[in-house]
Amino acid sequence: MTRLTLKTEGDTHVVVTRKFAAPPKLVYRAHTEPALIQKWLLGPDGWTMPVCINEARPGGKIRYEWSDGAGRGFHVTGEYVELEPFSRLVHIERMFLPDPTPDNHVVTTFTPDGDGTLMTMRMTLPDEATRAMMLASGMEHGMEASYVRLQGFIDSAVVV
Amino acid sequence: MSNLDASFGALADPTRRAILARLALGEATVNELVEPFEMTQPAISRHLKVLEGAGLILRRIDGTKRPCRLAPTAMTEIDKWLDMLRKALAANYDRLDDVLAAMKTHE
Repeated sequence: MTRLTLKTEGDTHVVVTRKFAAPPKLVYRAHTEPALIQKWLLGPDGWTMPVCINEARPGGKIRYEWSDGAGRGFHVTGEYVELEPFSRLVHIERMFLPDPTPDNHVVTTFTPDGDGTLMTMRMTLPDEATRAMMLASGMEHGMEASYVRLQGFIDSAVVV
Repeated sequence: MSNLDASFGALADPTRRAILARLALGEATVNELVEPFEMTQPAISRHLKVLEGAGLILRRIDGTKRPCRLAPTAMTEIDKWLDMLRKALAANYDRLDDVLAAMKTHE
């Protein structure tokens, strides 16, 4: 089974790809139906997702809340911009840590790959942080992460 | 994660990034670092203070000079964080594999 790839594109984009052994329709549904999302979009072991709102329509609301069960947690809010069942999702999101991070514009596509699906998620990040990371590190392939998107996950991982 | 915030703040300035790039070639004194920039020595020193505060450079004493060099842990900290990020995402998608497998048996 193919693994996650994570790379930068230009100054402001991060692209994540992952293949799944299921058709695009199922992977799309797993990204848009709350009952399904709550089963996998979690943090470290032991964390749950007590709130999962996902209104899969243009302008629809997204709200995810995670908790470690011991009083710690954080949340994400967002809105859908476009949806093309079962191939493409465009949405905007931000994390509250507890202050809101800048908006992250995300385009997710689900394309057939044999019997499975290739999921590609392209994030547009705040310009400054990403470019600073890329240039200062001197790495040709650039930094491979979203500072704002992921700090919440990392914080929660460290806390647990 | 305050160390990481300090690192990113330090890296958000093009002069500081250029200083780090120069130090990647080897140790340098303040005078050596001032040379390529159209900046005063106090201005460069202020940048060095930020970089030192963020743990990205180290300084030693050599007579009246205080040569700077890259802190070995500087980029390692960012790499470690990136690695944690990859693991967090990978864990979620591994779980999604299981969810999808269950969905397939019910279709």
